[in-house]
Amino acid sequence: MTALEVAVRGHVGAFALDVALTAGEAPLALVGPNGAGKTSTLLMILGALPPDGGHVALGGAALYDRARGVDVAVEDRRLGFVPQRYGLFPHMDARDNVAYGVRARSRTARRERALAVLAELDAAALATRRPPELSGGELQRVALARALACEPRALLLDEPLAALDVSVRADVRRFLAQRLRAWRIPTVVVTHDPDDVAALANDVVVLEAGAVVQTGTLAALAARPATDFVRRFTSGSS
Amino acid sequence: MPEPLTAARGRFARAAWPVTLGALAGVMLLLALLPLAGLLFTATPAELAAGLGDPLVGPAVRLTLATTTVSLALVVACGTPLAWLLARRRGRLARVVETLVELPVVLPPAVAGVALLLAFGRRGLLGGPLAALGIGLPFSRAAVVLAQSFVAAPFYVQAALVAFRRLDPEVVVVARSLGASPARVFFTIAAPLAAPALGGGAALCWARALGEFGATLMFAGNLVGRTQTLPLAIYAALETDVRTAQSLSLVLVAVAGALLVAVRAGRAR
Repeated sequence: MTALEVAVRGHVGAFALDVALTAGEAPLALVGPNGAGKTSTLLMILGALPPDGGHVALGGAALYDRARGVDVAVEDRRLGFVPQRYGLFPHMDARDNVAYGVRARSRTARRERALAVLAELDAAALATRRPPELSGGELQRVALARALACEPRALLLDEPLAALDVSVRADVRRFLAQRLRAWRIPTVVVTHDPDDVAALANDVVVLEAGAVVQTGTLAALAARPATDFVRRFTSGSS
Repeated sequence: MPEPLTAARGRFARAAWPVTLGALAGVMLLLALLPLAGLLFTATPAELAAGLGDPLVGPAVRLTLATTTVSLALVVACGTPLAWLLARRRGRLARVVETLVELPVVLPPAVAGVALLLAFGRRGLLGGPLAALGIGLPFSRAAVVLAQSFVAAPFYVQAALVAFRRLDPEVVVVARSLGASPARVFFTIAAPLAAPALGGGAALCWARALGEFGATLMFAGNLVGRTQTLPLAIYAALETDVRTAQSLSLVLVAVAGALLVAVRAGRAR
């Protein structure tokens, strides 16, 4: 089992960002108030936002290492990324969205693989529909399928459930939790919902104003909250 | 008794306001429409058809089609990368470059003509090196293309810039994370998503190149079959046969009107 090891420093707007986290077999939740630097941390892991220093390694191999001058390009990191608004390509149908990242010689092979991944996520029926015609839950499945189809070595999910209606959120959460457990690849889930943490992740990293204030399981955090935010967050879990 | 006086004044103001509005708007409309009416209604169709038979017309139409096509191709080929680069940079330098690129829109055509001469003319900035290579740009077809590209490029670059800025950054980042190189992101994501706006910008750019007159006259001259585009042919015809000038003008009005309708339809989608 590979692990995603991250220790990055950088600056985002006015404040400094300094985050260390390790995601192993079980998904890791990254929580914190708005503007704490959660999305920026994901973008730095992804390679889309340059850190000022630190390192990012996957299974012991460096993706970024300031000291050794390593900085693998975004397209070569093979990290599956699902951004907050899913970032689906609006001019392609679901199948071509998913096929975009498939590494295969022919277009037919890419599309076959895309259909297989869509089917794996119970979304085969969406194949020929375009993003503007899809509901929130459907968009999320297609975005997840797209991230998985490129056989990523780790998954980065930014608020995967935040854009969903309350009515479908619980279903999608259950679905996502079950799949994440099955895939067993290092996964970082950014969320602001304690229910997401309880369902999706084992360990939690709490980020406030760019710094890690507490790390541990949800139960450990609830037992000894280090900050007001952690106390409110853990007591908000239903 | 101030009461009735105020009421009377109020009534007058209420009546005067719509009349004033209507009168001023009417003046504006007349100013826009009377010249068009003059073009349309002062000659019989037979006279206009005869005007199109003038020997100036054929070469001018061919030259205009050729030069505006080359100008548009040049602007799209080089302006698209410029807009893409500028759209993805937030620094002060990018803003300065953006303003400079847009400047020709507000530049008087005469100034554009002088500027082109002082850049590419025999005594201009590049005059020496160009002469050494045996290239004389002024009063050539290349000069026509340069003049058209100079004045028309901002219309395309600006449209492309706006379209590329509107692109969702999440979409670009995801495409990269899926293994796409920056070039592949541009061709498969950015360009198709910006295509309607790029088309609209290209149409405006072509329309502006089509109408280019002042800078062309000063930098490229008015040589029949060589640098005399349609607007210059209209200018030349005005001295000999006003009907030829009128027919050619109506042709340009029709083309410009069609382009405007097409651009509006494209925007409405």
